[in-house]
Amino acid sequence: MSAPARDPPIDRDGTRLDQPHVRWQVRVRGLDKRFGTNHVLDAVDLDIERGKVNVVIGASGAGKSVLIKHFMCLLRPDRGSVWVDGTDVFSLSPKPLSTFRRKFGLVFQFSALFDSLTVEENCAFPLKEHTAKSRSEIRDIVADRLGALGLHDTQKKYPGELSGGMRKRVGLARALVLEPEILIFDEPTTGLDPLATRNVDEMILAAVDRYKVTSVVISHDMASVFRIADRIAMIQNRTILAAGTVAEIQDSREPYLFEFIRTSGVAAAFGAADAAHDGQGVR
Amino acid sequence: MSAPGEPSSSDHDAPPRSENVAATAGRSILVGIKEAVAPGVRLLDLIGDHVILFARAVSWLPRRPVRAGNYLEACEYVGFGSLSIVLLVGAFTGMVMSLQSVYAFRQFQLESFAGGTTGKALAVELAPVLTALMMAGRAGAGIATELGTMRISEQIDALESMAVNPIQFLVLPRLIAGMLMGPILTLLFFVIAMIGAYFVAVVVEGVDHGQFILHTREILNPIDIVQGEIKSVVFGLLVILIGCYQGFNAHGGGRGVGLGTTRAVVYGSVVVLVSDYFLSNVLLRLIPPEVA
Ligand SMILES: Nc1ncnc2c1ncn2[C@@H]1O[C@H](COP(=O)(O)OP(=O)(O)O)[C@@H](O)[C@H]1O
Ligand SMILES: [Mg+2]
Repeated sequence: MSAPARDPPIDRDGTRLDQPHVRWQVRVRGLDKRFGTNHVLDAVDLDIERGKVNVVIGASGAGKSVLIKHFMCLLRPDRGSVWVDGTDVFSLSPKPLSTFRRKFGLVFQFSALFDSLTVEENCAFPLKEHTAKSRSEIRDIVADRLGALGLHDTQKKYPGELSGGMRKRVGLARALVLEPEILIFDEPTTGLDPLATRNVDEMILAAVDRYKVTSVVISHDMASVFRIADRIAMIQNRTILAAGTVAEIQDSREPYLFEFIRTSGVAAAFGAADAAHDGQGVR
Repeated sequence: MSAPGEPSSSDHDAPPRSENVAATAGRSILVGIKEAVAPGVRLLDLIGDHVILFARAVSWLPRRPVRAGNYLEACEYVGFGSLSIVLLVGAFTGMVMSLQSVYAFRQFQLESFAGGTTGKALAVELAPVLTALMMAGRAGAGIATELGTMRISEQIDALESMAVNPIQFLVLPRLIAGMLMGPILTLLFFVIAMIGAYFVAVVVEGVDHGQFILHTREILNPIDIVQGEIKSVVFGLLVILIGCYQGFNAHGGGRGVGLGTTRAVVYGSVVVLVSDYFLSNVLLRLIPPEVA
């Protein structure tokens, strides 16, 4: 009997990390990241559920953006691994990595649209780079995506001419053109007014519903989180403080998490009992 | 791997005092040495990082896709962007060099040598160096700002997330443009400077046309122009590489981009002047300018 050179990586639940898991599409294990002396992530474990809206919450500077950039190897960790459908992300060489990255659509915190290109060219960019589609096919796809997001008259405009909310939608349209399996939103609602926030929430839910994607949303807007989330993970003090379904998180008595949610003013999320227990209604 | 239960030795019982003093002294000497060589180490680090960026860019050269549009755009930006200022500076440099030479040589009734000496100085040194300085101020700074803004607004991450290599997409075309446009701008600088020199010497100062041309041909060797052109390829590359590096590694918001831009100009200019000395040494030995 010849023993394999390396044992297959076995997860805590006994399943193999190097094979796709029925429930968890992305599995982060023991992720450790420092920038110089700044220790940002320490032994982070996180599971992202297939086909659901997974929200990551945490204070600004907690390392949420750094964490999700590891999913598609935009950053490399000092230690630890990320498994996406059984693929060890950090073991990929450039060519397969390039193919692998197309699984993801990333909507950046500040949209990260290319300022030198029009809205239409921005959205056409991934298609031009990665498909052999003709100009007219590309134009149709882009028009369809922009139309679905209510951006009919912006095709010829430059990102600098759009409002923040519109730029976010263009960013989403660009992330959607290659039909990704996993959509990641980095703080989609930060800096938006309440109505624009609700619009973006609806846009996320509609995209999830229409394109059947797994989504990961970074947010610290608790009202928005409770509107869209299936699962919530909280990152604090370099690691995942709590993770679970919305109900599990609401029932958590982890003091920091409790404080974080209570201070956000979303009392309804806890039900009347908590608000009463607190002695004063949170308004 | 050490066994988990292994006792750690230096927890309690502090070492004797004398040893302690020696250790402290030794440590402070080490720290002192480290601090003294730190700037040197940082400089080597920085040079190494530039070499790595260059190597990574070049490694993408044979790989597809080749985006011709990016190369054209970069050439246009680097070339046309610096064209007007290069022509302006070139004309006046030629004119002032010629003016000074005419006055210096007039004492010996040798004004007609003005064209030759001016031409030689321009071809070998002034045209490539001043053009490179203009490029550092214009294209190098511009590229540092552009890429720096793309970095901090996550546009470079966005490229990468869309499975496009940002070095291939952004850096390589600009480096090639620098190496192509450097020599072209230098040649234009030289030509316009010589026209300026002729104008001042012959038209303004009354030097004889035939003598001016004759002595220019005697003194100015085509090898000189070749030497200047070789330099300008290297300068064009260095100036743009430094701009790309500063942009690519920008961090810390708008202030960070501004700092990177300033560094691109300062480092670019210094590197041009320093490397000019060493490059001249090499070139003079490789292709010695024969006396015609
Ligand atoms: N490219 C980088 N280089 C150095 N430090 C970084 C970099 N990206 C993020 N950081 C640091 O990592 C920490 C977490 O940042 P980030 O993930 O952006 O926070 P947030 O949770 O608000 O998204 C911050 O202290 C930030 O300064
Ligand atoms: Mg962030």
